[in-house]
Amino acid sequence: MTYIAKPKFHHPGLKKNELGYTHRDYEGKISTLCAGCGHDSITASIIEACYELSIEPHRVAKISGIGCSSKTPDYFLGNSHGFNSVHGRMPSVLTGANLANRDLIYLGVSGDGDSASIGFGQFAHSIRRGVDMTYIVENNGVYGLTKGQFSATADRGSKSKKGVTNTDNAIDLVAIALQLGATFVARSFSGDKTQLVPLIAAAIRHKGASFIDVISPCIAFNNHAGSTKSFDYVREHNDAVNRLDVLVGRDPIAVDYAPGTVQMVEQHDGSSIALRKIDADYDPHDRLGAQTFLQKHAAKGQIVTGLLYVDPDAEDLHEHLNTVETPLNTLEADALCPGSAVLDKFNARLR
Amino acid sequence: MKPTDIAAPDYFHKVVDCQWACPAHTPVPEYIRLIAQGRYSDAYMINWKSNVFPGILGRTCDRPCEPACRRGRVEETPVAICRLKRVAADFKDDITQRLPKPSAKNGKRVAFIGGGPASLTVARDLAPLGYHCTVFDGDPEAGGMMRTQIPKFRLPNSVIDEETGYILNLGVDFKGGHRIESMKALLAEKYDAIFVGSGAPRGRELDVPGRKEAAAHVHIGIDWLSSVSFGHTDKIGKRVIVLGGGNTAMDCCRTARRLGGEDVKVVVRSGFEEMKASPWEKEDALHEDVPILNFLVPTAFVHDNGKLTGITFQKVKAEYDAKGRRNLVPSGEPDQTIECDDVLVAVGQENAFPWIEQDCGIEFDKWHMPKVDPKTFVSTNPKVFFGGDAAFGPKNIIWAVAQGHDAALSIHKMLSGEDITERPLPEVHISSQKMGIHEWSYDNDISNDKRFKVPHRDKVIALKDIRTEVELGYDVKLALGEAHRCLNCDVQTVFSTSLCIECDACADICPMDCITFTDNGEEGDLRQRLKAPSLHPDQDLYVSTDLKTGRVMVKDEDVCLHCGLCAERCPTGAWDMQKYLIEMTHAGSACPTKSRSAA
Repeated sequence: MTYIAKPKFHHPGLKKNELGYTHRDYEGKISTLCAGCGHDSITASIIEACYELSIEPHRVAKISGIGCSSKTPDYFLGNSHGFNSVHGRMPSVLTGANLANRDLIYLGVSGDGDSASIGFGQFAHSIRRGVDMTYIVENNGVYGLTKGQFSATADRGSKSKKGVTNTDNAIDLVAIALQLGATFVARSFSGDKTQLVPLIAAAIRHKGASFIDVISPCIAFNNHAGSTKSFDYVREHNDAVNRLDVLVGRDPIAVDYAPGTVQMVEQHDGSSIALRKIDADYDPHDRLGAQTFLQKHAAKGQIVTGLLYVDPDAEDLHEHLNTVETPLNTLEADALCPGSAVLDKFNARLR
Repeated sequence: MKPTDIAAPDYFHKVVDCQWACPAHTPVPEYIRLIAQGRYSDAYMINWKSNVFPGILGRTCDRPCEPACRRGRVEETPVAICRLKRVAADFKDDITQRLPKPSAKNGKRVAFIGGGPASLTVARDLAPLGYHCTVFDGDPEAGGMMRTQIPKFRLPNSVIDEETGYILNLGVDFKGGHRIESMKALLAEKYDAIFVGSGAPRGRELDVPGRKEAAAHVHIGIDWLSSVSFGHTDKIGKRVIVLGGGNTAMDCCRTARRLGGEDVKVVVRSGFEEMKASPWEKEDALHEDVPILNFLVPTAFVHDNGKLTGITFQKVKAEYDAKGRRNLVPSGEPDQTIECDDVLVAVGQENAFPWIEQDCGIEFDKWHMPKVDPKTFVSTNPKVFFGGDAAFGPKNIIWAVAQGHDAALSIHKMLSGEDITERPLPEVHISSQKMGIHEWSYDNDISNDKRFKVPHRDKVIALKDIRTEVELGYDVKLALGEAHRCLNCDVQTVFSTSLCIECDACADICPMDCITFTDNGEEGDLRQRLKAPSLHPDQDLYVSTDLKTGRVMVKDEDVCLHCGLCAERCPTGAWDMQKYLIEMTHAGSACPTKSRSAA
């Protein structure tokens, strides 16, 4: 880790967003992760996405579990709300927070251990319920904090740093998220910010459960030959189906790509995503097709990245539960306790 | 873009903006680090080798380094490089044991005309090599304009005595009070080489009506200053007008304030902003209650039967033509007459060589300046060299020193039978600063402090005595604070393509967004695609060879803090922080000579 504080000075020509902030204003403390960790690039991408969306830092709650990935909320959005929960329990803490205050933007940050092992159930249920959140898994396929054992997302047949072959089948979190009804599903790579930053931005603007699996090489324990989560391997096997080029508010978008190669996706909040197709046949609105596509390519050893599925008209947990528009934590006593007359009326209905 | 050739000494030299801007190329960050460590004598010796007069320059230098300082692009003000130099001089121990010893004479004789900074630099370089150096000066003591024209309240005699003494004690023969009146006669004395460092000794006249009649109270600035310096002049009228906007004008007005001038004004033709004087010298004058009036062109000295009563000025304004050139045109307002008792004319200096006969083999150009080679400083007479103000007109001490070093090298090469046009490359020492995983042998924790002010003596006391130095210099604590502001630009970010795994860690951590990984392209195109906008196209881009993904690493050197975080966060050591100590080759340095590209 680095012992000095990152210098306060910034480039004098840095652009400012609508709020007058530079991207430096979205930073947190200096990272204590190993040098070169893919997680730091994801941190930088979250910073960039929040800067580009001109998000007010106090409107964000970043919630994490335990592990290298779950340490990262300390390194971005230093002025936002944060909760570092018990191992694997980020989803339930996030769900609770979301129910209490639906007005915040929820960033769930987790890892492959935190979400695919100890917190697998929690992950599944938060997706299933459609909690309005951006759930990011920083996936390195290895338990870095305990020195490099295979995690549940490590591919069968891949080799550990010491040369041991993994004999267990891997959990593909993207496939599970698709199956469980996530309404925004993407995969990306920490080494490809041009793809990752707009994905995070689009996920934040999405209403409903957004899930992004980010392959993030562990420099210390999983960046060797034989690993399927190393920089070299991911770059060689990366099969991007599309790229997000623009993401703006309500302004009309001018895109100068050949007709048919760009697909506009209107989000619930009025923002738009311009998707530049790389794979002409890939349709990000087809959940079933996405699942098949994913399986086929996985069998060929390819890592499919990009925006894999989006349902622009998704509902979230609050709609399912028919909760009031006002965040529960701001409801006053008279709203919460409308008096005995109302109670009597209510009870009468149950008799 | 082609990959950057970091083996070329100029590439990293340019990154050390201060050193690159310094005519003598003093290794500034190196001596500032030594000051921070309390190694003042070591810091002094680095300066002494490079710029010869650290104590003098630490008080009077025109500081070309400071506007170049990277810190000035990162925040508002550059590091106070000049005044830190003075710190080294103020706090050093006795360094006489570290000076070169007078060596056995090699039998070659070199004559010097003028005992100012240019000549003394050449003598400093040549004397230790065994040359018999004889310096002639019309004044009784060495130092030239440093002694005669810079007021003592800025530069005390003790400092001049000390630093000229270090040179004269190398066995240099100083003939004070011996003005050279004929180049021909000197040539006849069969010196092996002659160096002309006679400066630009003539103050420019202001030829407007009334000048002759009012002559008794109209003084030429530099002559008047030297007269004050030698104690021949010790008073002036109560109301004084100083004409001119250069540093000499600032010295004149501040000197006048100390010799009885109560109502002293500086009047300049140009606007206040365009004045030639250094900003800090203008500040010092204003601080001593000298108003600076601008856009006024003197048209006549007003006198009452030969007794000066004032000056009439025409009011002008600046107009810019299509090419952006400034013209001063009458504003149409009525003329203004300002009353005064004395006038000091400080409107420029000129060269004068009445003592060089036409048949000496020294050719002059149409501006009556000697034809001098700008690299070797040789005149059309192969045995006669020029340097300092005598060579290319009035500049500052540091230029005289830089030219002196180059001239000394030429003289040494000529007298060693070598080709003087072959100039040796600078000496470059490279060393990694890595001590441990996150430990560097330089202080990489960037200070957020603003520039520290140099303490001044109380104005009431300062104005009472012309010999009382106004600036007190930094104390140890202030010097340490100011030294920490230095960004260590000589500790270079060195990139190895073969080690890079393109993890982006360096680009993510860089506080200044200097680093971009992108596809290669032409420079203009690349500058458009950097992570942060390229604000200074004169600052180089450091471009790697092709990486594994086919992209290149591009680093905009412009505002790099040299904090080393890129190297700290690099998992493979593709970035390293390496100190490039670049020292110019002086006469007598043992160095393989290959022709060098620049600087």
